[in-house]
Formats: sequence, structure tokens, C-alpha cells
Amino acid sequence: MYTQGLDQRGDGKAAADRPELLARFQEKVDAEEKIEPKDWMPAEYRKTLVRQISQHAHSEIVGMLPEGNWITRAPTLKRKAILLAKVQDEAGHGLYLYSAAETLGVSRDELVEQLLTGKAKYSSIFNYPTLTWADIGAIGWLVDGAAIMNQIPLCRCSYGPYARAMVRICKEESFHQRQGYEIMLMLSRGTDAQKDMAQDALNRWWWPSLMMFGPGDADSKHTAQSMAWKIKRFTNDELRQKFVDVTVPQAEFLGLKVPDPDLRWNEETGHYEFGEIDWEEFYQVLKGNGPCNRERLEARQKAHDEGAWVREAAAAYADKQARRRAAA
Amino acid sequence: MDRKHWPLFEVFIRSRAGLSHRHVGSLHAADADMALDHARDLYTRRSEGVSIWVIDSKSIVASDPDDNPELFEPAEDKIYRHPTFYEVPDGVENL
Repeated sequence: MYTQGLDQRGDGKAAADRPELLARFQEKVDAEEKIEPKDWMPAEYRKTLVRQISQHAHSEIVGMLPEGNWITRAPTLKRKAILLAKVQDEAGHGLYLYSAAETLGVSRDELVEQLLTGKAKYSSIFNYPTLTWADIGAIGWLVDGAAIMNQIPLCRCSYGPYARAMVRICKEESFHQRQGYEIMLMLSRGTDAQKDMAQDALNRWWWPSLMMFGPGDADSKHTAQSMAWKIKRFTNDELRQKFVDVTVPQAEFLGLKVPDPDLRWNEETGHYEFGEIDWEEFYQVLKGNGPCNRERLEARQKAHDEGAWVREAAAAYADKQARRRAAA
Repeated sequence: MDRKHWPLFEVFIRSRAGLSHRHVGSLHAADADMALDHARDLYTRRSEGVSIWVIDSKSIVASDPDDNPELFEPAEDKIYRHPTFYEVPDGVENL
């Protein structure tokens, strides 16, 4: 909630030079106390949070594009109203998160610029196309389902503004997942062509959804530190496993087949075993070589450029009003 | 005044009559009127409020966490400010 400048604390110095502050900070984190914007924090903690929260915000904003693609073609008025509400929520989630990132001393303009120049990343999942209406079902069910798995522990993140934004987001997110599952349910109970459409969507979205949890624990360079700082509560692989465990029975209920020949229930561990993820695909998409990377960024750039006159007009109007009030 | 960058506003929502306004988050807007409109879209999509306050974030004066010991510790040893400090003998009622 604080403006820039207000919260620029003397944490520029390496944490090693401030052992007593660092110890006090870790003590607070260990005691499950929240860190608030004006509190001292290690520069690396601030940097990690800015990176993570802004990536998260960008993902919400870019995430509107694949679904927005179907607003005008939703099969019924009810589905259209639901999809509009969902996409509007995603915009809202992006805004809550940008505000949370700004409390760390980075400006909105900088964040937007990092997205548009490709300097900042967003979730790899949104670089896949939405080819059929069933994709809207699969996104709600799988993509929002995976997002919820990731986000629920973030409600307990050590950084107060991020945790508070996540509480609000999680409250809104469960409708997203349910409306997606309902779309899949309708299709899977429909004609053969509709069932095929649902299966095709599951085939295309399953593996990219598993990739949403990020690299495996052995290759995740930020995990250990983020866990010590209580930004993260579970590792990528732990969350991925939870997601598979809850989602496979949901697919079975729909009568759909998860596209993984190695998927099997392990009686002993009480978990599903699943096949190897194609990490080469993941890194290619992250690098910008996914099916829709270029299209997504072009759409954001276009929206930004075409909205420029609105931002300028609103600012000019506000100036005029302020002058009139001053003269009166 | 340079308004190229829309300033930040803090948003407070009264969730229903009888409760006080509570800070819910912040947003950017060109002026206070627009901030109210945006706050309505951003923070009351599910009937979360019956009243909205917005205030330019720069107008908020906040205490410094470094001053916390001076500000807040003096209250800690004044346990006699709480009713539980006092002995109430058995048999005494309505106290």
C-alpha cells in the first residue's frame, strides 16, 4: 500500500554487513510473523518477491488472452456471462498483485515495461492456443486447478501484502475451476463429437499444466532459499504430485483418459506415479518459442499502445479539474 | 502538475452498515473520482461493500517500524489497564 520512496529502506547494503538485522528478520519469519513493506528485509528477499509477484501479475494479465479468445463465441449467453466474469477476475488478480509488488518499491510503469520488453516472464501455460470451446473447460479445470494448488500455500507467505492479495485471489479462484469442470462435464456427457473435443482438450492441456509447477526440485535454483524465507511452503514436485493425485480421479469421473501411458496408482505410497515431463518443451516455451509467445506479447503491446490516449486524456481531465478547483 | 503517471490510492470498504471501513488494497487512478470507479470494479465484484473510501496514498502518514520500541513497548508493562489484572473474590457478582 505504500508509495515508492516511503518504503525504500537501507537494505541496499549486503545482508552480510547487517548480521543483527538479518538475524532479527529470520527470527520473525521463523516465528510466522509477517514482514510488512516498511520493515527491514534483505535485498535478496525483496528482489525475489518483486520477481515472483510481478511474474504472477503478468501471468494473470496475459492469462486473459487465451480465454478472451472465446468470449464472443461462447455457446450460450450463460457461458458468455460466466467467461466474462472470469476474465474480469483475472484482470483484478493482476491488479491486486501489481499493487503488492509496488509496495516493494518498484513502479507500475517499470513492471509493465518489463512485461512488454520480454524482460519479465509469465507462466508458460498461456503460450498455448485455445483451439476449441473445450479448451475453456480444460483451462478452468486444469490450469486454474494447478494455480490454486500453487496459490493456497502463498496465502501464508511471509510477506504481508502478497499473502493478503493471495487470500482475495484464492477466494475468487474456486469458481474458475468449477465452471471449467462443469464445461468438461457437459461435453463428456454430450455427443461423441463433444466427448472427443473434451478428450482432445485434456490431451493438449495435461502436460503443460504439470509444467506450471516449474522445474523439478533438483533443478529449481530458488526453492531452498524461498522455503527458508517462507515465501514458498512446498517444493515444485510436492505441489505437482498433489495436483496429479487430486486431478486423476476427476478425469476418471468424466470418463476421459489422462494422456500418460506411465500413469499408475501406487498402493504403497498412496500417490499416482506419472511419466517424465518433456522439459525441453518447457524451456523452449519459456525462452519465447512456444506456439503463441509472439502473439501474446503483440496483443499486450497493442492494448498498451491503443490505450495510451485514454491514459493521457484521463490525466489531462484530472489536471483540468484540479485547476478549476484551485481557481474556484 | 505532472499527471503522466496516475497516482496511487488506498481503498477502504465498509462491508455492511454497522462495521467500520477497512483497508482492502490500492489502485492507480488519474483522480479521486476515477479511483472510486476503479475501486468499485476492483474490490466489490462480489457484493463486498456498501461504501467505499479512497485516499491518495501520499496523504497517509505512517509510523516508522524503527520507532516501534518507543511507541508500543511502554504499553506492555501496564497490565493494570486490563480487567484481568484485578482480583474478584468468589461470591462477588456483576463486576
